Amino acid sequence: MPDRKSAPQIKDAVDYAIQLKHPEILQLKNKTDLYKVQAGTEEVVQIEWVFKAGNWYEQQNNVAAAANFLIKNGTSTRSAYDINEYVDFYGAYLNRSCYNETAVVTLHCLTRQLHSLLPLVQEIFTDAVLPEEELHIFRQNMKQKLAVNLKKCDFVAGRKIDALLFGDKHPYGIYSEMPDYDALEIETLRRFYAQYYQHGHCTIFAAGIFPADFDSLMETHFGSLPFNQSAPSEPAHLLQPAEQKKWNILNDTDGVQGAIRIARHFPNRHHPDFPGVQVLNTLFGGFFGSRLMNNIREDKGYTYGIYSYLQNHIHGGAWIISTEAGREVCEATVKEVYYEMQQLRDGDIDAEELLLVKNYLIGTLLGDLDGPFHIIGRWKNLVLNGLDISFFNHSVDTIKNIQAEELRVLANRYLNPDDFYELTVI
Amino acid sequence: MVKFERFRLSNGLKVLVHPDTSTPMAVVNVLYDVGARDEDEKQTGFAHLFEHLMFGGSVNIPDYDEPLQVAGGENNAYTTNDLTNYYCQLPADNLETAFWLESDRMLSLAFSKKSLDVQRKVVCEEFREHYINKPYGDVWHIMRELAYTTHPYRWMTIGKELPHIENAQLEDVKRFFFKHYTPCNAILVVAGNVTVEHVKALAEKWFGDIPAGTPYQRSLPQEPAQTSERRLTVHRNVPMDAIYKTWHMCSRMDDRYYAADLLSDILGGGASSRLYQALVKEQQLFSGINCYHFGSLDAGLFTIEGQLVQGVDIRQAEAAIEAELDKLRNQPVDERELQKVQNKTESVMAFEDMSVMNRAGSLAFYELLGDGELMNTEFDKYRAVTADQIHQLAQDMLQSANSNTLWYLSEPGATTT
Repeated sequence: MPDRKSAPQIKDAVDYAIQLKHPEILQLKNKTDLYKVQAGTEEVVQIEWVFKAGNWYEQQNNVAAAANFLIKNGTSTRSAYDINEYVDFYGAYLNRSCYNETAVVTLHCLTRQLHSLLPLVQEIFTDAVLPEEELHIFRQNMKQKLAVNLKKCDFVAGRKIDALLFGDKHPYGIYSEMPDYDALEIETLRRFYAQYYQHGHCTIFAAGIFPADFDSLMETHFGSLPFNQSAPSEPAHLLQPAEQKKWNILNDTDGVQGAIRIARHFPNRHHPDFPGVQVLNTLFGGFFGSRLMNNIREDKGYTYGIYSYLQNHIHGGAWIISTEAGREVCEATVKEVYYEMQQLRDGDIDAEELLLVKNYLIGTLLGDLDGPFHIIGRWKNLVLNGLDISFFNHSVDTIKNIQAEELRVLANRYLNPDDFYELTVI
Repeated sequence: MVKFERFRLSNGLKVLVHPDTSTPMAVVNVLYDVGARDEDEKQTGFAHLFEHLMFGGSVNIPDYDEPLQVAGGENNAYTTNDLTNYYCQLPADNLETAFWLESDRMLSLAFSKKSLDVQRKVVCEEFREHYINKPYGDVWHIMRELAYTTHPYRWMTIGKELPHIENAQLEDVKRFFFKHYTPCNAILVVAGNVTVEHVKALAEKWFGDIPAGTPYQRSLPQEPAQTSERRLTVHRNVPMDAIYKTWHMCSRMDDRYYAADLLSDILGGGASSRLYQALVKEQQLFSGINCYHFGSLDAGLFTIEGQLVQGVDIRQAEAAIEAELDKLRNQPVDERELQKVQNKTESVMAFEDMSVMNRAGSLAFYELLGDGELMNTEFDKYRAVTADQIHQLAQDMLQSANSNTLWYLSEPGATTT
């Protein structure tokens, strides 16, 4: 009979050495940096082309997102259907996504199909035509999607809290209204494409198992494109946080739940408090065993889930607590969130709890560094935020070594209710 | 090719081991052969509620999550209409912690009143968040009731109605546990940086003395063949009309399953699929359209769902779907299109298999189907599907007598664009 009452011996995760595998870095002839992580067991690759083409660079709402969406919807020789059919035929995925500072085109495919697919990717960076008809369809479908989303309290709360924090003119806080889609004009999108993609600033991140001639393939297809000829002009954006801190919005009179967001500004990754606050955030609401989850879900049953997280933008971000709670317990939920902040400011963090959080974070990191796509993802984050491996190593050291007293200092610095916006959308 | 070894303990627990030394981690996956289809129709949502209770402490260990997190692990679980699956990942050095935790909750739960009280509330919030407080959230509730008259697939995993969850009693919880959560109804998969010998020793040590339990004899009422078309119209406070059509399809282990799966890709798998190209891009009747199925173990539903462009008449939209289906019924797909969906399937499988956690889950699932080895022969079955088989299937399955159609309409006064 095994002894079921006592836990087996463990190796503390904090005793593991964590190393982030270094990528190989190449520069193509046109000064495009190419980061490569060759690893994995399956014969697959992922390549991301990251352009400085996020909404930071647009002068009209949704131009960056629309240009990003339409980039693969037709070239001078292929229709959107031709492109989609071609990609699908090779069992590949060609996706695009638009963020605040960057916009990305991502290819996933089996290694042996890469030769067939790279010429197509090259074509959309040189010869996308952004057809008028495709814009019409995009506009119509996005408006419908928006109409559906506006029925959801979590969607409405998510965009409102960003607007409160940064201002609804700032790239981090702006959101879409129906007329924004109507106002999009194809010529504006084409100009944006020409400036920020065709002649844009590009960095490439690749991971997986590469074919033997990978470097020369990349040089052939992307090394002669007119990327990186001049640094893009960096527009200045004014932060305009809302003055009113507490907001209650009734979006749906029949709503049975409220979406709660409690948020404050928080500096970007370069701030010295960032790594420590990552640990504090984990303890507070960053994982299933967090204080918020234990109190508000596991003890009170007010919600299916509650989390806190650091919203990371390149130029600065926010610390956000987010949940959907029963309509009649929204107020009680908010109260408990503030109670947990107070506990972190004034109360103790015992050694056992702290070790649990540290072990959890390191254990997750170990699992997270498993596989080429995760490794390159870490590097992409570092590179795009102007950081290097020392940031990663410092974060790991912080997790391993931070003391309860330091966390309490951070809690007193950052977890004061007066600094937080508080929003409930029913 | 996923290599694994298999053995069985004397209490009936099946154990599969898939070593992979390229990772420092280990995965422990426990699949229980019980899902929402095994519930009493007066107590639906129970299998899923039960999944929550599995984290509320076991007979010797007051809390599941905490010791796992201390050991650097993380975990989750899910319930479907067919099965319940629990998985955790942790540094391989701490593998025994997972054995300790998983075996104790297979031995017996703590059956805490507090845990039941809280999780009832949590699951009710989950119900509200996903199925009541979301536009179109009740679609599958309605569609299942329309399409099934007899089989327990007629309710969703979350349950038919909130009171079924609110009224769950501790006695029901105990009965459910001892009926389904036994070694002979479970499959254990251990994967990652482990050896077969070590896993054997740990399995014997921690699971070996758990009483086998009584094998659960599943005898579910089977759905009779549908003989006439069913239609239903509902009005809801949503901005856009939507249409949902389902047809009864074969079960997961039927030979025709692979043709059905490929057919759903031909119709709705991504941006070059027939429905998207014809109805979203060319005719612009829909803002989005999809074709899918759930891969249910018993006979399931082949589904098309579409959101209409505002102002489009739903009769016209439905006729346009039918016109696309006619093409499939009248003519076999050409070789390139067949090859395309086969290639996509190959690539989906390769990407899925990248993570050791997915491989462990897949092995458990295929073992439930009868043999973990099926995981390695699955793609050959897709490759072997012919255009004629898909043609035949389209003719047999996509008949109006076999169909259920739901018009989900925006009620007058609902806000629109």
